Amino acid sequence: MPTKVYVQTRLNGEEVEFLCEPRQSLLEVLRDVLGLTGSKEGCNNGNCGACSVLLDGVLVNSCCVLGVEASGHEVTTIEGIASPDGLHPLQQKFLEHAALQCGICTPGFIVAAKALLDKHPHPTEHQVRYWLAGNLCRCTGYDKIIRAVLDAAQTTEAKV
Amino acid sequence: MAETTTYQVIGTRPIRHDGVDKVTGRAIYGADVQMAGLLHGKVLRSPHAHARIRSIDVSRALALPGVKAVVTSADLPPAEDRTIQLGEGAVNLKYLSNNILAGDKVLYKGHPVAAVAATSPHLAEEALALIHVDYEVLPPVLDVREAMQDSAPLLLENLKTKSLGQETDKVSNVATHTQFKSGDVDKGFQQADVVIEREFTTATVHQGYIEPHNATALWNPDGQLTIWESTQGAFTVQRQLAPVLGISVAQIRVIPAEIGGGFGGKINLYLEPIAAVLSKKTGHPVKVLMNRAEVFESTGPTPGSYIRVKMGATKDGRLAAAQAYMAYEAGGYPGSPIGAGMMCIFTPYDIPNVLIDGFDVVVNKPKTAPYRAPGATNAAFAAETVVDELCEKLGLDPLQFRLRNAATEGTRRPDGPTHPRIGYLETVQAALDSDHYRTPLEGPNVGRGVASGYWFNVGLQSSVSINVNADGSVTLVEGSTDIGGTRASIAMQAAEVLGLKAEEVRPIVADTASVGYNDVTGGSRTTFASGYAAIEAARDVVRQMTERAARIWKVEPPEVTFANGVFHHTNAADQRLTFKEVAAQLGRTGGPVTGRATVAPRGVGGAFATHIVDLHVDPETGKVTILRYTAVQDVGKAIHPSYVEGQMQGGAVQGIGWALNEEYFYSNTGVMANASFLDYRMPTSLDLPMIDTILVEVPNPGHPFGVRGVGEVPIVPPVAAIANAIYKAVGVRLRHSPMSPGRVMAEILAQGK
Amino acid sequence: MAVIWIPSLLQSLTAGEDKVVVSGCTVGEIIDNLEARFPGVKDRLVQGGEIRPHIAVAIDGDVSPEGLEQDVQESSEIHFIPALSGG
Repeated sequence: MPTKVYVQTRLNGEEVEFLCEPRQSLLEVLRDVLGLTGSKEGCNNGNCGACSVLLDGVLVNSCCVLGVEASGHEVTTIEGIASPDGLHPLQQKFLEHAALQCGICTPGFIVAAKALLDKHPHPTEHQVRYWLAGNLCRCTGYDKIIRAVLDAAQTTEAKV
Repeated sequence: MAETTTYQVIGTRPIRHDGVDKVTGRAIYGADVQMAGLLHGKVLRSPHAHARIRSIDVSRALALPGVKAVVTSADLPPAEDRTIQLGEGAVNLKYLSNNILAGDKVLYKGHPVAAVAATSPHLAEEALALIHVDYEVLPPVLDVREAMQDSAPLLLENLKTKSLGQETDKVSNVATHTQFKSGDVDKGFQQADVVIEREFTTATVHQGYIEPHNATALWNPDGQLTIWESTQGAFTVQRQLAPVLGISVAQIRVIPAEIGGGFGGKINLYLEPIAAVLSKKTGHPVKVLMNRAEVFESTGPTPGSYIRVKMGATKDGRLAAAQAYMAYEAGGYPGSPIGAGMMCIFTPYDIPNVLIDGFDVVVNKPKTAPYRAPGATNAAFAAETVVDELCEKLGLDPLQFRLRNAATEGTRRPDGPTHPRIGYLETVQAALDSDHYRTPLEGPNVGRGVASGYWFNVGLQSSVSINVNADGSVTLVEGSTDIGGTRASIAMQAAEVLGLKAEEVRPIVADTASVGYNDVTGGSRTTFASGYAAIEAARDVVRQMTERAARIWKVEPPEVTFANGVFHHTNAADQRLTFKEVAAQLGRTGGPVTGRATVAPRGVGGAFATHIVDLHVDPETGKVTILRYTAVQDVGKAIHPSYVEGQMQGGAVQGIGWALNEEYFYSNTGVMANASFLDYRMPTSLDLPMIDTILVEVPNPGHPFGVRGVGEVPIVPPVAAIANAIYKAVGVRLRHSPMSPGRVMAEILAQGK
Repeated sequence: MAVIWIPSLLQSLTAGEDKVVVSGCTVGEIIDNLEARFPGVKDRLVQGGEIRPHIAVAIDGDVSPEGLEQDVQESSEIHFIPALSGG
């Protein structure tokens, strides 16, 4: 009696297929089935954002999405943020502003911040803080993260 | 090395060497470790806060298909009742072992009782439900003062109060009594014109690192045990693991992965021995992960506490006497940071008469572990609030009062030694001169508070080796896990000595088999001590490279000097060889060059901070909003200023969370009701403004570049600063942390506002 | 010679003296000489040939990891303080 479900989806721009148990979250699938360990488990109940991914461009906590739910959708993870040409401006600015200390929350923040800038290219500080309030950081106090995101917004805007 | 004030690399802000891996999700943290044949472990934990274990029946769990092994404390060797010195603190092996897997008693809800290895984490969890434990439930004690009463339930049958090597006859929950005394406080209080005595309580608080604990173990048939995990100290794990498992250090290799936060909570053993014995029993590697609830309930938060402080000052604003009674909750086994709290409580001040009594008390809560300047935040909350009251009574500005009473070089600390060169006074002056303090704060229900704090920092042991590459770059091998940018701060110190750019030094964090002994990344020691080792290793490289340049020129080494990356011939001014040019010729001049150093440096400099906070209190809900925050700190010499700022900001925000929201809510049966990030409320980006930092640099004479540890002291002042600001805002003084909205409202309503 | 600052909880063994000048070249010698004058003190500080696990020795303010083996200078100040590190 097969225990796993066959799932087909688009992940970071590529078609992928995998098998997973219905009870496995998308986070588990990414990490344990597909080997993409960039998304992190911090709480497993949607309260820390360390597992943030984009599902059809919408920011979600992948610990609260089932692996089978990804079927036929578009998933973007931290592994899909940089391009062969180099780092995304957000990643570059996080490095320049020292916006990470232990780095465990960083993938989630970068995905969340990308979702913000994709939707609101010119955010105010308050908008950035509001949008990122679902991502917990225990090391930085958020100051340098907010500065990095605001700086990246200027850069992305300049690119456009 | 001559003290130069212009540095090439020190003080700049290069991109950290491990940065790209961390912003792309490539960096491997403990839970990311994968290997062939991996089994998954889960731990069964006590549902009761206090109980005797009558029996454990694992038969049904073992019968579940996919379950490969089940372990209990019977799978660990009997633990010796012996205390070992670990460098950063003493550990009783019996308590350590029993905390890893309970023996005959469970002492807190969440205490591990058994563990399972299975082919999937979900199966392992299913198996836990099939283990039957027969408990005799006992009444718990959950408050430090209650635990100190004669009538309290006793946690440990053999625990008698120790007082500097002497033991009382009576079994009790009070593990130790420590005292510091200088002068005569009774006389001092008589001389004082104003005396304030207050009581304070603080709730249990967790370090809150976002990454849960993890450990993967492979116990090979040849007896070699390898552990992969996120830890603050690979060697410290090795040294604890050997006696707990009854094997030798030589059999253990600990490979530290990247670590997602520690703050002191990832030093003690939790999962490693469990993963190890599961691996031994199954013949497979086993990975064990904690979930968030387990992290709250079963790792090591910081103590809840009761503190009574009495301080007296003369009317010209000089402190005459200070007294404290401090009782800290150790959790299920002894070992709270009461000593550290006592060493910090009054230490920013020069007080002629001091008496401090401290008590380490066991209660039915998880065994506490260090949390960033452990014990000092509780202490500063009490003392700095009383200082604020004294200032108010005396009509003195609180920063001016601190200037008047500041400890300086030569001031005797309450625990006995005198301060070396310190920068406390400078932080107070910088706070006074700051734009923040000079900007008037106006409006209803807003208030400004200040507070100071101290942390002594430690040195301990570090080892570094540096290999010169053919292109003149170097590889730096160190053993300090990088929690906050120390690869960069250590590499930069070597680069400065070698005349290289920061990017030309490639630091790696090595495992216990690949680098010399290193104590933990903690205690604000890493940039100081591992940096010191990097400097000495770099000097060793320079010595050897000097000999090679001399060989190339066919002269004696004393005729060769080295400065700014270039070798010069003292007798031929036009001759020069760059570091790179010499590096290209190593094979022809004697072979590879590796510099090395092992250090246990003295000359550790203590750290002081003074914080200023403006906040608003909503008088109808009690909610506190931080409007502006400035952290001023003596940082010695900021090697990489961005990461120093980061420590100050991060510590301040942890303190803000501690002050306003964070606490363990316990039911009266000792069950934590809020073991999730939803209800254990840490600050989010929306709760905070930017955190301004003022770096005061009073170089530590004990380090070649003047480095002083910076990581811990930022968490010491915030709770008191916020309490003082709340008073200015709405006229109520809170003496319990956290000062959450309900408690603020209760005080406001009691005041009739 | 060095000055040992006697922890307050041990002063009942040193007839109330809080500072004692003692001769010796190492911490171990100093403690032995202190014991000769004030019996009972050594057992409070030393166990199994080492400084008790929860006690650190500070020589002129610097915490020494060498315990009883630590060299002591002519005019050193020796303090016994809680042994701990940080987080």
